[in-house]
Amino acid sequence: MTGAVSSYIDERTSISGFVKLMGRKVFPDHWSFMLGEVALWCFVIILVTGTFLTFFFQASMAEVVYEGSYTPLKGLEMSAAMASTLDISFDVRGGLLVRQIHHWAALLFIASIMLHMARVFFTGAFRKPRELNWVIGFVMWILAMGEGFTGYSLPDDLLSGNGLRIIDGLIKGIPVVGTWISYLLFGGEFPGTQIIGRLYTLHILLLPALLVALVGLHMVFLIVHKHTQFPGPGRTNDNVVGYPILPVYGAKMGGTFFIVFGVIVAIAALFAINPIWNYGPYDPSPVSAGTQPDWYIGFADGALRLVPPGWEFVLFDTWTVSMNILAPIIAITIWIVAVMFYPFIEQWITGDRREHHLADRPRNVPTRTAIGVAGIVYYGAMFVAASSDLIATHFKMSMENVIHILQFTLIAGPFIAYFITKRICLALQKKDRELVLHGYESGRIVRLPGGEFIEVHQPLDEYERWRLVDFNDYKPLMVRPNSRGQINPLERVRAGLSRWFFEDRIAPVTAGELARAHDGHDSGSTHANELATAGQGVGGPPHTNP
Amino acid sequence: MSSPRRRPSRRRGRRSPLATIALIALGLVFTGSGYAAFSAVSAGDTAVAVSQESVERGQKLFAANCATCHGMSLEGTEAGPTLIGVGAASVDFQVGTGRMPLANTGPQAPEKPNLFSEEDVQAMADYVASVSPGPGLPEEEYLQTTGDATRGAELFRINCAMCHNVAGAGGALTEGKYAPSLKGTSAKHIYEAMVTGPQNMPVFSDANLTPEDKRDIITALKYQEETPAPGGFELGALGPVAEGLFAWIFGLGAIVALTVWITARAN
Amino acid sequence: MANPGSGSDIVPVDSSHGPQASAGTAVIAADAFENPGLPPHQQRVTDLDPKVDRRNERGVSLIFYLSIVFSIAAIAAYFAVPIVEDDPASVRLNNLFLGLAIAGALLSIGVGTVHWSKALMANHESVEARHPTRGSEATRARAVEVFDLADKESGFGRRALLRNSLIGALVAVPLPAIFLFRDLAPKSNDPAGMLAHTMWKEGTRLARDPYGTPIKASEVTLGSVFHVIPEDLEEAEHKLEEKAKAAVLLMRLKPEDLNVSAGRETWNYDGIVAYSKICTHVGCPVALYEQQTHHLLCPCHQSQFDIKNEAAVIFGPAKRPLPQLPITVDSEGYLVAQSDFHEPVGPSYWERRGDYDV
Repeated sequence: MTGAVSSYIDERTSISGFVKLMGRKVFPDHWSFMLGEVALWCFVIILVTGTFLTFFFQASMAEVVYEGSYTPLKGLEMSAAMASTLDISFDVRGGLLVRQIHHWAALLFIASIMLHMARVFFTGAFRKPRELNWVIGFVMWILAMGEGFTGYSLPDDLLSGNGLRIIDGLIKGIPVVGTWISYLLFGGEFPGTQIIGRLYTLHILLLPALLVALVGLHMVFLIVHKHTQFPGPGRTNDNVVGYPILPVYGAKMGGTFFIVFGVIVAIAALFAINPIWNYGPYDPSPVSAGTQPDWYIGFADGALRLVPPGWEFVLFDTWTVSMNILAPIIAITIWIVAVMFYPFIEQWITGDRREHHLADRPRNVPTRTAIGVAGIVYYGAMFVAASSDLIATHFKMSMENVIHILQFTLIAGPFIAYFITKRICLALQKKDRELVLHGYESGRIVRLPGGEFIEVHQPLDEYERWRLVDFNDYKPLMVRPNSRGQINPLERVRAGLSRWFFEDRIAPVTAGELARAHDGHDSGSTHANELATAGQGVGGPPHTNP
Repeated sequence: MSSPRRRPSRRRGRRSPLATIALIALGLVFTGSGYAAFSAVSAGDTAVAVSQESVERGQKLFAANCATCHGMSLEGTEAGPTLIGVGAASVDFQVGTGRMPLANTGPQAPEKPNLFSEEDVQAMADYVASVSPGPGLPEEEYLQTTGDATRGAELFRINCAMCHNVAGAGGALTEGKYAPSLKGTSAKHIYEAMVTGPQNMPVFSDANLTPEDKRDIITALKYQEETPAPGGFELGALGPVAEGLFAWIFGLGAIVALTVWITARAN
Repeated sequence: MANPGSGSDIVPVDSSHGPQASAGTAVIAADAFENPGLPPHQQRVTDLDPKVDRRNERGVSLIFYLSIVFSIAAIAAYFAVPIVEDDPASVRLNNLFLGLAIAGALLSIGVGTVHWSKALMANHESVEARHPTRGSEATRARAVEVFDLADKESGFGRRALLRNSLIGALVAVPLPAIFLFRDLAPKSNDPAGMLAHTMWKEGTRLARDPYGTPIKASEVTLGSVFHVIPEDLEEAEHKLEEKAKAAVLLMRLKPEDLNVSAGRETWNYDGIVAYSKICTHVGCPVALYEQQTHHLLCPCHQSQFDIKNEAAVIFGPAKRPLPQLPITVDSEGYLVAQSDFHEPVGPSYWERRGDYDV
């Protein structure tokens, strides 16, 4: 029976070739490798629930009188979009559940994307050959935020309306073309009667289509490249160790879908999200305390709050330049562009054009890890600023102080975070070296014949040890003149960056070092100290240019 | 559900002469100090017969608990404003919600457990009102939740939500001040706050929001408070910040914990 | 080896891994450890004990049956906990029971499947070889050959005129689309001009938001705040658009508390002042009035304006003070506007001039 069916399909699709190719493909197991999959399943859940919602939602700003079930809004004029969202919530059985699943899944979608991005960044999984897939993922993150914002605006309630108004103000602040873009986008003056319909088209057609296409591409590249794996015994840059898609990984993937779906439905069953009936229909006059965007736009809203007073000027008495709008946009753009181009920048600095399939442990690349944490602090300062008012009330501070602290954090925080993270990474690397060289402290104290007390160390077995010593080591680039005896200024910059990247580094323990440490185990610890001071400032064997 | 817009809409129909009637009943009372003038004596101002006994009792309580800051004859000191003209409503609100007497100085007086009995509060209110008239205690009929919730919710959004949040969850003001949460605040205290404008809250006199408007607002607030939140637990009704935090910590936290289990090796 | 870290045993990584792939500045020690290979496979309890295996099998199937029960429970909840018209509490219960049952059904499938894969499916780690992402030399050569052939057969490289004219045509063809977007908005060619005016004009009465009842000066007492719309807003053709520009806050201060600049002496009426409610930063309603400090606060980005000093910015990202609406009273004592605002309200835009008469 199975044979007949599969034969029928294969004779019409050649699917046997696909199964042969894919069926036993191996995937490595690590929880952090599941984050992208969580994002994918969130997206599927959003598509499924979103389709249900489109059957009931009316993307129209035509004014109607609400006559639905929610008493405190009865008889009020509102847009058809708001009224139909209220109907979904109160008069469609299960409608509120689907709406809440959709919204919670959206919050988790972008959260899992960003956690996935952080995992890829900190493990160096963006290195060749995966740079383009990093960029694809990055674009999906931007599109996902676009999906989120357009969806947030659709109910046309007071909260989202004020959000749109902020977007309108932002757009108007763009030099030269801002006024026109706003005029065209809103189909006239804000708020107009067009914007909800237009955002709806973007939300359910253009953006999802792009996302689906990019998800497909992302997956194709994942299969072409095969997944990265963490270093470990038996794992090399030329193999992948794990479980085959059929059956183990297929089962785990399917199971993960149901688990993610189940968790989100459970949250939607228990916790309210975006109670638009509290906010009421959009009206340009009222506003609620605690008017914030959904979390993933928070960094943009926070950036707007962190601008000091007076950053706006008029050119030749004729044109207004709103730096209080442009400065946040620039600050965000710098961050976003840096995220997108980071793989290319790092490759230029290292000059390493090899394929990398072994994930870095973050501590083993201290500078990259420190840059990543600095970036998170920069983003985090803007993100936290979006809740400055709630921080003020909940931590009994004044909102002015909250803003000032966050302004300081935005500027100084990344540097402090960079420094601390790098030191922590180096310390962890030193700990790893110690472990490899001297093993675990066994807690057993032994008195030597000479009267000296030592603690017996339990050496690592070769598998544990390999996990700690298998990582890449780079030396800083030395500038050398080219064949005509000239030094390219760009090469000088690169050498400077390379020095910054690699001068504080700790090399992996070698077999020779371990052997020597065992030869002279009684002076082992002092030996390690010598190593640390003999190295280039921090530790590890010194490296001279060969 | 919804029907196409009809003219005149229900809202237009509400543009009633009620407000005009209320204006006629209006009296303006300005204080000599001008520190904060409270106006619009409500209709209940003279309705309650005040016993001399209560006033005397109130005077003693006032001398013991309030006079240090507000002066023996309500004239105010450097530590506290004058209470001339604030009326019984103000005393009932400030003492009744525990805001007064002030425990220590800060950006604003926080709500505390009220240490006085109902009679004591009443006595102090009677005393302050006897020295100089001001807004009296609200009449019972305006404290009922029988008003128009739609109208009340709309008035609340326009006049109150910018500080107190659309769900009455409260919000931040400048320099450490805040608009408190309205959850659990009695109808009487809500009404008194609107009439007297405690601390930095503006006054919503009967000329601005008629007693019927105030009743509608109370109706809407009480509806919101007493109706179980349709979507489930509200996470403090604080909006997207609370939702985002929840999504990250509990939502993604739960999912990450499960992925750890999914990828852990079975023993 | 006396010096463990001497340079002699640290060598650049050789680049022979892939064709032409430079290892950059990577180095490796000559005496680096060797990969010990996969550790020996460890058997699970389910591999060793058939009883445990069977118990797990039964457990997983029980979980799957549980899922069916949850699915049926969800359908039951749909009917048993219905939504009752005009009762939000019923929505809460419907949401809760329907949601928990569906969540249970989904989680059961997920947990069951994952447990099956972990405990019962073969768990020998497989090793799959990786191959360089780039094609083999032969494949690459063939690809180049294909392109060359296509070039030769089409003449794409050789027939420059043909090629360039096609490129030109392809560049030109999207241009009409840009023009098609023009009619996203009405045909007026002066969006900036529309931003510069509101519906306030001489004699328009100030009215309460949202019901449009006019306000008498005598009603605006010290310490109060009125949220104001033009009395004729309801008649406006574009009600929301007009309201978005015309919303005003009305407050009364003691006249001696107001610092009035030259030219604005007549804009307040006996200490009653009207300011635009639309923030000059990005346009949120600046609606929070503190009656003791006379500060206005925008809840969106925390700009603060001082009403005593003509709404000058004292904190936050806004630069310009809120525009003031000149007001007076009419013969019946109602507050009326003297004119429109003297400058555009709301957020800045490029065409906003710097020389408004304020």
